[in-house]
Amino acid sequence: MTRIGLSNSGLGSPFGFRLSAFGFSLLRSGLALGLGLGLGLAVTWIAGENPWHVLVILARGAFGSRYDSGMTLFYATPLVFTGLSVAVAFHAGLFNIGAEGQLLMGALAAAAIGAVWPGLGSPWAVVAASVGALVAGGFWGAIPGWLRARRGSHEVINTIMLNFIAAGLASYVTLYLLRNTASQNPETRPVGNSYLVHQFACFAGAPVSLALPLALLAALAVWFVLWRTALGFELRVVGQSESAAQSAGINPARIRLLAMTAAGALAGLVGIGEVLGNAGRFRLDFSPEYGFIGIAVALLGRNHPAGIVAAALLFGALHKGATALDLETDHVTREVSLVFQGLVILCVCADGLWTWIKRPSPGQTDAGLAPAPLERLTT
Amino acid sequence: MGTIELREVTKRFGNVLANERVTLRVPRGSIHGIVGENGAGKSTAMKVLFGLYRPDAGSVWLDGRRCIWRSPADAIAAGIGMVHQHFLLAGPCSGLDNVILGAEPRRRGLIDRTEARRRLEELSAQYGLAVDWERPVEALPVGMQQRVEILKLLFRDASILIFDEPTAVLTPQETSDLFSNLRRLRDQGKTILLVTHKLKEVMALTGTVTILRAGRVMGERQTARTNPQELADLMVGRKAVLQVQVSAGHPKAEPAIEVSHLTLAAHHFTRSSWAARRHGGMPKICPAERPRLRDVTFSVRRGELVGLAGVEGNGQSDLIRALLNPASSHCRTSGSVKFLGQDVTGWPAARIRALGIGVVPEDRLEQGLVPCWSIEDNFLLGRQRQAEFNRLGLLRRAAVRTSTLREMERYDVRPLNPDLPAEKLSGGNQQKLVLARELEQQPSVLLIAQPTRGVDVGAIEFIHRRLLRARDAGTGILLVSSDLDEILVLSDRVLVMYEGRILAEYGRGQVSERELGLKMGGA
Repeated sequence: MTRIGLSNSGLGSPFGFRLSAFGFSLLRSGLALGLGLGLGLAVTWIAGENPWHVLVILARGAFGSRYDSGMTLFYATPLVFTGLSVAVAFHAGLFNIGAEGQLLMGALAAAAIGAVWPGLGSPWAVVAASVGALVAGGFWGAIPGWLRARRGSHEVINTIMLNFIAAGLASYVTLYLLRNTASQNPETRPVGNSYLVHQFACFAGAPVSLALPLALLAALAVWFVLWRTALGFELRVVGQSESAAQSAGINPARIRLLAMTAAGALAGLVGIGEVLGNAGRFRLDFSPEYGFIGIAVALLGRNHPAGIVAAALLFGALHKGATALDLETDHVTREVSLVFQGLVILCVCADGLWTWIKRPSPGQTDAGLAPAPLERLTT
Repeated sequence: MGTIELREVTKRFGNVLANERVTLRVPRGSIHGIVGENGAGKSTAMKVLFGLYRPDAGSVWLDGRRCIWRSPADAIAAGIGMVHQHFLLAGPCSGLDNVILGAEPRRRGLIDRTEARRRLEELSAQYGLAVDWERPVEALPVGMQQRVEILKLLFRDASILIFDEPTAVLTPQETSDLFSNLRRLRDQGKTILLVTHKLKEVMALTGTVTILRAGRVMGERQTARTNPQELADLMVGRKAVLQVQVSAGHPKAEPAIEVSHLTLAAHHFTRSSWAARRHGGMPKICPAERPRLRDVTFSVRRGELVGLAGVEGNGQSDLIRALLNPASSHCRTSGSVKFLGQDVTGWPAARIRALGIGVVPEDRLEQGLVPCWSIEDNFLLGRQRQAEFNRLGLLRRAAVRTSTLREMERYDVRPLNPDLPAEKLSGGNQQKLVLARELEQQPSVLLIAQPTRGVDVGAIEFIHRRLLRARDAGTGILLVSSDLDEILVLSDRVLVMYEGRILAEYGRGQVSERELGLKMGGA
């Protein structure tokens, strides 16, 4: 796995001038994104649409009106949480594939609390449901964290498996324990009115709630903890080198457990926006795989909170814009727009592509074998 | 007779002139030494020769013909091979697979292992390089891993072999084996370029030697007509001190380390090295039959430097781990560990460190540093909870920076740029950084392993002085080293470890190098 993050250096300079670490990451993400968009547009062209037309519809679909912008923000909010979730685990050297399950558990817990005690008083209801989401997500993250720390079993496998268990558990609770008998859809009983949080009116009805500022706050908090506290430092040391952490007196097992718990809790917070800020209940299949898109968001954002917010916005826009494509064009069906999104994600994730574009001058690379074959490719 | 030549090679990295008009001329069939301090440009020159770097000016000539390498592949095709300081081997694969990797003899599209084996055994016999071909290389002793590396080059018909600090990881026995192998290679017509800063090796092995300092050639000498002092002076650019004057320590009454009946059964290490590493950072090579710790009892007092001598792999690394993690059953089966009179058995590592225990691990890049992080962050490593750098859990970055700069200056870590990634520093500077970090805390106890491995003359002297100064200030030091000179010069007492036991103990000056060497072999 390549190491990604702002803290990394070792910057080559492809254009003869030196870039800051930040500018370098930005450039890299931008190129990946551009390539993905280009390929995606090529696919729509093959499908029989004018790519320029497609691009216009995409942009208008995502930002054309207040409502459209609101929906973009609404889609982006959970992606900030899941992106942060993946990033926090990644900085501790863990790969959290389980954000999907963790967010399901978070949302389910918030909805269950709201459905079971609908009469709870105004501020306490929101606090109880939010804490419920946080704890449930955290618990779901702590399980693979604990298994990794104590038993050494790999978190990738365990988080994937826990996604299935979470999906099953969510179905069971929704269909058998808290079923909303008044509805045809698989969903829980609505939460009490005191649970619903404020929606911003300026988005013409798009369900942009307090979850959005909460997401930004979470991004800020993650940045602060990772780069300004001793705990965050220890977490990043463990992610870089377990043996260095050990000889520095850091207990990697404890840090891993902590990191996975935090990752789960962040993903669990998705429940606030969905249950308290939007639907007022838990709807089965409410998530268009926010947890998995979160991995791409973290990658595109280079695991930095600021990058993640930007990447989440972008994927939110893409999601919203792609919905518009489906409606407004003849040839770009839902499937094609999924291919479009997939291509963008693929390019973003194919981090290695960069090494094809980058041409290191040997002086600026590490003393190693790596740069040489590249030189051969480019000269 | 052909020659290998660098002509006026200049190579610049940013503002640093790594090589300035370096000229080198080596006749075929000889052993040529290239010495210089860390950062003198030895490795850069060799990497130019090997095609890893393209020179900014100057050229490479083989047998009077100018060569332009587009990549190491060209250099390899021309018969140049390089054994890197850190071996480039695929650990879980067999020696045979490692050698043929990338140059597999094929028959009808399939790898012809029989043919490969035949050719390798022929080579192995011709050059007297015995290798166990079947076992995974990670389970082989380091000396044999190195022979695999050498055979890798010979298998590709290399006639010019570059060795970058080949003895840095070897035991005394393995070193002498390597030297006889190198002489045999020379006698059979191979050309050997030996990059090193160990003057003893240069004197023992080479015919001619080129001295580099600060990227420039300071001179070339016939080995027979020079001496270590002259070489050292040329390397350092002033009168070099080869032997630090050492006065005996004055141990205080207070104990620093007390270890009694520490035992570690071998069966804790029978799981695969992969699993073991993930659990407790166990060594990469840990076959079950290797000795662990057996009834180890010793003590170190404040103000005393105790040397622990022994061929690597006889339990020294386990001992250090056991001292720092006495709670873990991977590190200790029975026995007790006390620091400063406190029984720390059952304590987590962080709490032990907080007593004032400094640690300089044997492997800087693996255990002592986070290579891709800045010097400043590395300076903070392990100290992130100390009041000096931490207020209510928040890092005091300004204090870290001030302290880093101050200590970098005091410990002469160059270049003086705290934002540089630690991996860009030379070995000596990396070690000085680790030492600065650990000693600056004025530890009551210091555990230090292989402090001068891969470190140049000037830095060795510096590190030794610092250790003695810490000792005189009252630090109890346990020094683990496979360098006999180092142990003999610095230690107030010498312990010899063999197969997990303390085999002997000597006071200062009570043992000769020869006797110690024999004891290390279990005699």
